[in-house]
Amino acid sequence: MDLATFLVQCLNAVQYGLLLFLLASGLTLIFGIMGVINLAHGSFYMLGAYMAFGLAPFFGGNFIGMLVVGVLLAAAFGYVLEWLFFSYLYQREHLQQVLMTYALILVFEELRSLLAGNNVHGVQAPAWLAGSIALGELMSYPVYRLFASAACIVIALGLYALVNHTRLGMMVRAGASNRDMVRGLGINIKLLYRGVFAAGVALAALAGMIAAPMSSVYPGMGGSVLIICFVVVVIGGIGSITGALIASLLVGFVDTFGKVFFAEYSGVGVYLLMAVVLVWRPQGLMRRGY
Amino acid sequence: MADTPALQATALTRRFGGLTAVNAVSLSLHVGEVHAVIGTNGAGKSTLVNLLSGELAADEGQVQLGAHDVTHWPQPKRARAGIGRGYQRSTLFGEFSVLENCRLSAQAASQRPWRVWQPASRCDQSLATAQEVLATAGLADAARRIAGTLSHGQKRQLEVAMCLATRPQVLLLDEPLAGMGAEETERMLALLQSLKPTHAVLLIEHDMDAVFRVADRITVMVDGQVIASDAPGRIRTHPEVLRAYLGEAFT
Amino acid sequence: MATQRLGWLVPTVAALVLLCLPTVLSPYAQGLVAKIMVYAVFALSLELLVGTTGLVSLGHAAFLGIGAYVTVLAAPESGGNALIWLMPLAMLAAAAYAVAVGLLSLRTQGVYFIMVTLAFAQMAYFVFHDTKLAGGSDGLYLYVRPVLGLGTTTLLDPAEGRQLYLLVWAMLVATYALLAMLTRSRFGHALAGIRVNEQRMRAAGYRTQHYKLAAFVIAGALAGLAGCLLAVKDGVVNPELLSWHESGAVLLMLILGGLGHLRGAVIGAVAFTLLKEFFASEGLVGPLAAHWQLSLGLSIIVLVAALPRGLMGLRSLWRPRG
Repeated sequence: MDLATFLVQCLNAVQYGLLLFLLASGLTLIFGIMGVINLAHGSFYMLGAYMAFGLAPFFGGNFIGMLVVGVLLAAAFGYVLEWLFFSYLYQREHLQQVLMTYALILVFEELRSLLAGNNVHGVQAPAWLAGSIALGELMSYPVYRLFASAACIVIALGLYALVNHTRLGMMVRAGASNRDMVRGLGINIKLLYRGVFAAGVALAALAGMIAAPMSSVYPGMGGSVLIICFVVVVIGGIGSITGALIASLLVGFVDTFGKVFFAEYSGVGVYLLMAVVLVWRPQGLMRRGY
Repeated sequence: MADTPALQATALTRRFGGLTAVNAVSLSLHVGEVHAVIGTNGAGKSTLVNLLSGELAADEGQVQLGAHDVTHWPQPKRARAGIGRGYQRSTLFGEFSVLENCRLSAQAASQRPWRVWQPASRCDQSLATAQEVLATAGLADAARRIAGTLSHGQKRQLEVAMCLATRPQVLLLDEPLAGMGAEETERMLALLQSLKPTHAVLLIEHDMDAVFRVADRITVMVDGQVIASDAPGRIRTHPEVLRAYLGEAFT
Repeated sequence: MATQRLGWLVPTVAALVLLCLPTVLSPYAQGLVAKIMVYAVFALSLELLVGTTGLVSLGHAAFLGIGAYVTVLAAPESGGNALIWLMPLAMLAAAAYAVAVGLLSLRTQGVYFIMVTLAFAQMAYFVFHDTKLAGGSDGLYLYVRPVLGLGTTTLLDPAEGRQLYLLVWAMLVATYALLAMLTRSRFGHALAGIRVNEQRMRAAGYRTQHYKLAAFVIAGALAGLAGCLLAVKDGVVNPELLSWHESGAVLLMLILGGLGHLRGAVIGAVAFTLLKEFFASEGLVGPLAAHWQLSLGLSIIVLVAALPRGLMGLRSLWRPRG
């Protein structure tokens, strides 16, 4: 493998990892703070991708505008979904949560089928992000992928700033480590949970929207990404955003380079990584903490 | 009082990050003796018990159970070797009957899981032991009741009974009197006295009257360290202890 | 006690009824009941893990799939008297994967355990789906069904509908009887103790990790048996047998029927399969049939919310605890 190809693959790995991070951070927040295991998280990713497919004609080149609108729509959807459905799951056992959210996936898949059909769709990257750009003399790299990585980094930084440097973030962190205490402090737990859930959905949908021009939009796309997401959360530790970031990047590299070197068997690589982490640190890389 | 201790802890140390919860604590338990460990909250008493029972691994130090060095033994192995553990919050099988609670604990001593054709309910040995410890703990009448429906005091009694079901030589009891009324406390103290001749008992308690009545030796812990370890009479007037409990003004 | 004697009555009667059913059923219905019975074996295997020991696994389909694939891969081209050793082989293969997965997954607890078991099942899914080891996404066909026999005598030929039914029935009865014995034994009681209060079990001196691994492997082996039966019944295997949809479905069967009872697993398998058939049948629900996932999903949400203890929980409504 020559240097140019290696660097390209590294960039691919980072881009994939960052996208996974968006998804995984939503999942780990929802689990870490509300204690709900949500199998339908992949469906929110799918929602984002289909939203991109649906909204793209209306926004033309205004990609950023479309992303913003999509995020707001997804957050609103998440808000309502929490209110109508998820808030009832908090007190239930994990098994019931698993099954209820699994049933939710079935419902979402069918709704998608009813609203958007079963075909595979493509989403065009906007003109100003199309094509490739030369990086030094060695190679060229698709502009859109650079944009995707940049967008994810911006959001990751925003998330970090929000969680670690704002009052809201403080409540979120407190809620993650001690739910009852937060309730005792008089903070409106219901609103906090609803907000966190909406944010999680928005993050997942955003990941789907950003991913849409790179991978196609197809039925079942939520399922495969969900399980990788779980692996990221297991490796990184539940409730830890930093852990999710490190784990996502690790998974990104293992998966990308796995595909290069092992072709057929590459799908297995991520799970082998998880197996190694389980042997070495069963509680996840970051144990507890942000 | 036997010469060789049933359980000997030497210089046990355990740290959590920057905090040293237990700092070079040494302790010995002898059959026929109740050894109480007292101290303010956060003194490290529960951590010490966890180190002795094997639920936590010590960073430094040794634990000797009779002739065995059990420092690196996991909890189940130490339990089978003769340590019984009672928890501060009743750790029972709430769904099962009182009898089954004790029978299941007793089964631990003779597990034989491969004998799958034998129903557990016909396991005479564990049933007999269970009935025996229930009688000792005064719960024989409650045998058929579901453990979760017992009163708080009865649950604490059941907790002790379950410890006894494995026929340990060493008993580590963490606040068995917690939340008990006067009558229940008397019953429990009588039970502890009756267990004394055949067991080595470690007692963590906050009820000072009870401690001074039943203990043969008292160790006082503050901030993870032992500040005094002596007979109850001398502990009462020990300057270090008075300072720890009542403040500087009284020394 | 009366209740204990009754405990044997219901399953025995049910078994006899099932045995006699083929005389009154159409071939289609007979095939459906056979399918239900295979899934009952699958559900029973998971009941040991989830209901008795309290270990919620979301990757149990991996063992079903491995049992099925090993059956097809190892079956001799010409059929022959192979079932007598194919069934144990399928169970052994599933058990082997269960040992590996169990050793790793049991290092975790609670929600981590759920996610890790799901991930390891997905890993197995990828091996069968993406690689050329076993026919890829198209799956594999079992053209000539192996026969159950000893030496030169044929006992049961699964190519024939009624004999297949008998074979599946026998395996269901054997599995149920085995699990009934296990749950009553010391081993079973210890597993229940681990479910209720693992800390106390360890304090008493049980090596709980060993018990949990044993339960995991036995559950995996029995799921492998179900997989073998499925392969022999359908004559075809594909990677979707290992998908998480399959793992989710079997968990649903357990909670629909009622956790903690062997009967619950069987009832749940019946209920779930019938529900699926009902929602997918055009004759019964007309145009809704194409969107059976929606109907199934919604009814699951309603049922799980309304019946937290499953269908078995209903009986406490009319029969007070004696």
